[in-house]
Amino acid sequence: MIKSNILKENPKMKILEGSMAVAQTVKTCKPNIVSAYPITPQTHIVEDIAQMVADGEMQADYIKVDSEFSALSALIGACATGARTYSSTTSQGLALMFEVLFNASGMRMPIVMTVVNRALSAPLNIWNDQHDSIAVRDAGWIQLYAEDNQEACDLLPIAYKVAEDKEILLPTMCCMDGFVLTHTFEPVVIPEESLVDEFLPSFRPDYVLDPENPVTIGAYGGPEIYTEFRYQQHNAMINAEEKIERAMNEFGEMFGREYNLVDGYRLDDADIVLISMGSLLGTMKDAVDDMREDGVKVGILKITSYRPFPKEKIYEKIRGIETGIVFEKDVSIGMGAGLLNDLKSSLYGKKQTPSLYGFALGLGGRDVTIDNIKDAVNKLKTSKLDDFGFINLREEVL
Amino acid sequence: MSSVQLFAPGHTACAGCGMPIAIKLILEGSGKDTIVVSPTGCLEVTTTRYPQSAWGVPWIHSLFENAAAVASGVERTLKVLKRDANVIVIGGDGATVDIGIGALSGMFERGHNVTYICYDNEAYMNTGVQRSSSTPYGASTTTSPAGKLSFGEDRPKKDLPAIAAAHGVPYVATASIGYPKDVINKVKKAKEIVGPKYIHVLAPCPTGWRFDGEKTIKMAKLAVETGLFPVYEMEDGVITKVKKIKDRKPVDEYLKLQGRYKHLFKDDFKDQVKKIQEIADKNAEKFGLDR
Ligand SMILES: Cc1ncc(C[n+]2csc(CCOP(=O)(O)OP(=O)(O)O)c2C)c(N)n1
Ligand code: SF4
Ligand SMILES: [Mg+2]
Repeated sequence: MIKSNILKENPKMKILEGSMAVAQTVKTCKPNIVSAYPITPQTHIVEDIAQMVADGEMQADYIKVDSEFSALSALIGACATGARTYSSTTSQGLALMFEVLFNASGMRMPIVMTVVNRALSAPLNIWNDQHDSIAVRDAGWIQLYAEDNQEACDLLPIAYKVAEDKEILLPTMCCMDGFVLTHTFEPVVIPEESLVDEFLPSFRPDYVLDPENPVTIGAYGGPEIYTEFRYQQHNAMINAEEKIERAMNEFGEMFGREYNLVDGYRLDDADIVLISMGSLLGTMKDAVDDMREDGVKVGILKITSYRPFPKEKIYEKIRGIETGIVFEKDVSIGMGAGLLNDLKSSLYGKKQTPSLYGFALGLGGRDVTIDNIKDAVNKLKTSKLDDFGFINLREEVL
Repeated sequence: MSSVQLFAPGHTACAGCGMPIAIKLILEGSGKDTIVVSPTGCLEVTTTRYPQSAWGVPWIHSLFENAAAVASGVERTLKVLKRDANVIVIGGDGATVDIGIGALSGMFERGHNVTYICYDNEAYMNTGVQRSSSTPYGASTTTSPAGKLSFGEDRPKKDLPAIAAAHGVPYVATASIGYPKDVINKVKKAKEIVGPKYIHVLAPCPTGWRFDGEKTIKMAKLAVETGLFPVYEMEDGVITKVKKIKDRKPVDEYLKLQGRYKHLFKDDFKDQVKKIQEIADKNAEKFGLDR
C-alpha cells in the first residue's frame, strides 16, 4: 500500500519495481563482474543491470554466459582473480548450479547472488515458493531472506560486507520471493552510493591468481585434510552470525534502517508464535493484527538469516511460548519442511520450548490470504493435528 | 625462467605418462606470465594433492565441466582490473570434448582471449579408462570393452578442432608430444593472437592404452606417422599448415603395440583393422598428409 505522503516525507524514496530496485542497489555495491543467465522471474534484474552497463552507468563487465552453470563458474574464476562478483538466478537455474554452489563455498569465494524464489519443476511452474533455496541450504552459502523490496536491496551491501570478511569468506544468497517482490512496485530508498562506499570497503583478497605470486587454488584434498576444510567452513558459517549482526547494526546507524537476524512482532505476551521467512510475513502481520483485536495472543518470529541459523536468538525469542506454527513455502518431500525441521532440531532438549507445527502453503504461487493464516491458527486451537501438513489444499481434485 | 620451475617434477602421474610432458611443453611456450585453469582429471589429481603443488604458475581448478567458464571469468577480470597474463586452460579430452563442451562453446562464442589446450589421452583415465567421445574407433576401454560381440569403441573420434573452427575461433591447431618443438611453437603462436584459441595435443597414456611406459614418445609419433592423428594448423577456418608424412606407416604398426587394440588381431575382428586403415587413408586425403 502506497501512502501518497510517503514520497514527500522522504525525498530519497522512489517507487520502483522490486527487480529495478535490486539492480540499482547492485550498482551501488560496484561489482567488477556480473555473470547471469535469464530465467523468469529473475529476468528483470539482469536486464536492468545489462542496460545500466550498456548505458555506461555501471562499470561492471557483464559476461553473457551460456547457462547458469557457466554463470557461477565464471564468477569463481573472476573472484579468484580478485573481482567483486554478482549473479542472480532462481529455481531451475539454481538447481543447475547445484554442483558449482558447493564448489564456490568450498573454495571460499565470497560471491553474492540474489536468489529469486520460485517453485521447482515438475510440474513446471514459474511462480513463487521457496523450495529452491531451501533445498540448497547445505551448500555452504549464507542465506538471507527479504520480507519486502527495501530489504531485498539493503541485504545486498550487508551480504558483501560479511561474505568478504576475511574471517568468513563464504558466498551469500539474498533471497526474495519471485513476482510477489520482484515484479511489485513499492516505495524504496536505494542505498546512497557514497554511503555504500563507506560501509563496504573495496574487495582486497589475500590470494589471487597472479603470475607475480603464483598460488594453487582448488587443489585435490585427500582423507587426511578434507574434514579440516569442512570444519573451517562450518565454523566460518557459525561465526558469520556475529558478523551479520555487526554489519546490520552498522548499516542501521549509517542508513537509518534496522535489521536483525531474527525479529519478533507482538511477541511479548504471546501464547502462539507464527514463524516464517520472506514476503509471507506481511500477510501474517495483518492476520496477527486482526487476531489480536479478537483477543488471541499471537505474535510473529521473522527469520531473516536462515544460514547461519541463529539458534540461541530464536530460542530467546520464543522461550516460554506454548505453541509455534511455521508457515512455509517449502516441503521436504516426505519429511516436513526445511524451517520446521531446523527449528525442531535446534530446540531439541531445551526447556520451555513451544510445541511446533508446520504448514506448507503458497506452493507454486498459490495465493495466501489473511484468512488462510487465521484458519490455520483456529484449526490448531480446536483440533488435534499432525506436526506437519498442507493447508489450502483442493481436496476435490485429489 | 625455465619450465622446470614453472612445473616441478614432484607429481604422481604414472611413469611414462604423456600429460606432464605436454604440460612442460605448454609452459615452455606460454612462459611465466601465465594463469592455468584445469578441470578435474589425471592432471589435477596428480599435480595438486594438498598441501603440495607441482605448479610454479598460478593455477586453479573448480570442477570437471567448467574450466572454460572459469577461464572466461579470469580473463574478464584481468581486463577489468587492468592486469595482464596469458590465460590458458589445460584439460583432458573428457572434460573438453564431452562434459565441458557447452561451457567451451560459450567461451569460444564470446571471444575470450584464452588458449584452450586439450591434452588428449583418448579416454577418461582418472576414473579408470572409460571411453570418451575422443576414444578412437576399435579401442577397448572399460566401458567400450572388447567382448564376444564387441570390437571395442564403435564410433570414430569427435572432431573438436573442426567444431572450434566452426565457432570462428581464429587459431586452431593439433599437435603431438612426439614433436616437442611443434607443441611449444603452437602455444607461442597462440599467445600472440587475440581471442579464443584451441590446441588439441595428443598425450599418450601408457596405463590406459596398455603399452610400455618407455614408448610414450614413440607412440605419440606413430599416431601421426600412420595418419591416425593428423597434425595441422587452421587460421580463420582455413588449413594453413599440415605436418606431411614421408612413407606413411600402416596402422597395425601402431595398433599392435597397444593392449587396447589387442583384440583386433584375433580372427573375429580382423576386418576392423582394415576399417582403421581406411580412417587413416581418409585423413591423409583430407589433409594432404602424404609427401
Ligand atoms: C560431474 C562429474 N562427473 C563425473 C566425474 C568423474 N570424473 C572425474 S575425472 C573424469 C575423467 C576425466 O577424463 P579426462 O577429462 O579425459 O581427463 P584424464 O583423466 O583422462 O586425464 C571423470 C569421469 C566428475 N568429477 N564430475
Ligand atoms: S592414467 Fe594415464 S593419463 Fe593418468 S597419470 Fe597414468 S599414464 Fe597419465
Ligand atoms: Mg582423458
